[in-house]
Amino acid sequence: MKRYLCKLTGLCLLAQTALVGPTLADDFIIVQSTTSTQNSGLYEALLPQFTEMSGIEVRVVAVGTGQAIKNATNCDGDVLLVHAKPSEEKFIAAGYGLTRSDVMYNDFVIVGPKSDPAGIAGSNDVAAALQKIADSEAAFASRGDDSGTHKKELSLWSSAGIDGPASSGSWYRETGSGMGATLNVGVGMDAYVMTDRATWIAFGNKADHTIVVEGDSAMFNQYGIIDINPEHCPNVKTDLAGQFIDWILSSDGQTAIAGYKRDGQQLFFPNAK
Amino acid sequence: MQDIQAAFLAAFNLIVSLDADLFDIVGLSLTVTLSAVGISCLLGFPLGALLAISRFPGRGMIVVFISSLMGLPPVVVGLTVYLFLSSAGPLGSWQLLYTPTAMIIAQSVLVTPIIAALTRQIIEDLNGEYSELLRSMSARRRDVLSTLLWDARYSLITAALAGMGRALAEVGAVMIVGGNINHVTRVMTTAIALETSKGELALALGLGIILVLLSISINAALMSLRTSMERFAYA
Repeated sequence: MKRYLCKLTGLCLLAQTALVGPTLADDFIIVQSTTSTQNSGLYEALLPQFTEMSGIEVRVVAVGTGQAIKNATNCDGDVLLVHAKPSEEKFIAAGYGLTRSDVMYNDFVIVGPKSDPAGIAGSNDVAAALQKIADSEAAFASRGDDSGTHKKELSLWSSAGIDGPASSGSWYRETGSGMGATLNVGVGMDAYVMTDRATWIAFGNKADHTIVVEGDSAMFNQYGIIDINPEHCPNVKTDLAGQFIDWILSSDGQTAIAGYKRDGQQLFFPNAK
Repeated sequence: MQDIQAAFLAAFNLIVSLDADLFDIVGLSLTVTLSAVGISCLLGFPLGALLAISRFPGRGMIVVFISSLMGLPPVVVGLTVYLFLSSAGPLGSWQLLYTPTAMIIAQSVLVTPIIAALTRQIIEDLNGEYSELLRSMSARRRDVLSTLLWDARYSLITAALAGMGRALAEVGAVMIVGGNINHVTRVMTTAIALETSKGELALALGLGIILVLLSISINAALMSLRTSMERFAYA
């Protein structure tokens, strides 16, 4: 058995040099981030500009904010770019991250089927709209995955004074998956879905769903960027991560974010201080 | 229906336009899967054969255990390998997380039991026919093993193909340990999952069609190799 283990390790090392040898140079960083930023296509537009300027490759792992924070806590990333401010502040308070900076914002919207069973189309009062959805027991698809969007949705339910998740399994449906996957489910079952605007604009399977609720200040969606504390994670590439953060907060990075458009619409609004 | 037509069109367009990203993704899928199957064969063939010809207390339990591992959920394997390779895990210093190597390790864990279990059955059947002959020649254990493995080689190709089918099709393990990083760890199945989540259903299904075509070509190639080997062996 020992011999086979050696063989396995040897092969892995071989595969390692053969496969990732050329890119193994330390000139890359790993960014733990969210599905909404990836699904909207932002990174594909943004990152090549940074890489060209700095020579640093940026590898994005796009998962829910909850999982991204967990992965970063495990030191499996150099930078954290997510959107759930309370969790981000907790991350820093626990000593895992150094500083948190605002990067950009957009807003959440509620999309729903044309038939609009809860009669909320055109509303800009999210609490009232959620009340109507609950009253009419119209299908509502929730992320249910501890992501930033999910946390935001839960906070909107609770400030509307409704316990939506208590009806889980009937009209309130938790998909337990990413933003795009949840939109696919919502479109498939004619359900309302709360989504960030960027993912919605870029989404390719809208069918006859449209935005029904938008413009409530409670639906503000702030993205923050955090560098990982090297005292907690000795492996973290502090220098490279710092260069990336400095760039994204610089006027160049902020202009690049503002310049990303889909169907002529700007998806993210830079607001670094 | 429109989406399905669009999917075939998308698949066709990707192939004829020799899309560079597609070739990267297909190449990585093949590298990861073939390496994992190779490692699994190196481990699974001897392990299965040894189990087939040995008799010791607790053997039955090991056989049942390995057979049940054939049903390991990829996402559980992915999570376990992640916990080992994570910087906070015991093998964190290897710095393998989010690399193709991590994906190869995860898939090897997934495929080795399949190959070992099938090999065990194949060799045990063959041993039923050979054991008297081999015993009369008072062959050493080592020679028994190599004779059985060699004579079962055509059936073992099928075992390897079964393992490869599993590796090529799974998404749960490589998604977690690879991270689906563009140009680094994105393979066919994770790309399909990503395009689905972007709502690009036609493109996702188009990639799926290409994956199926790939699987057909690999199987066809190995089957024809097997046929020509057989013809050569018995000529």
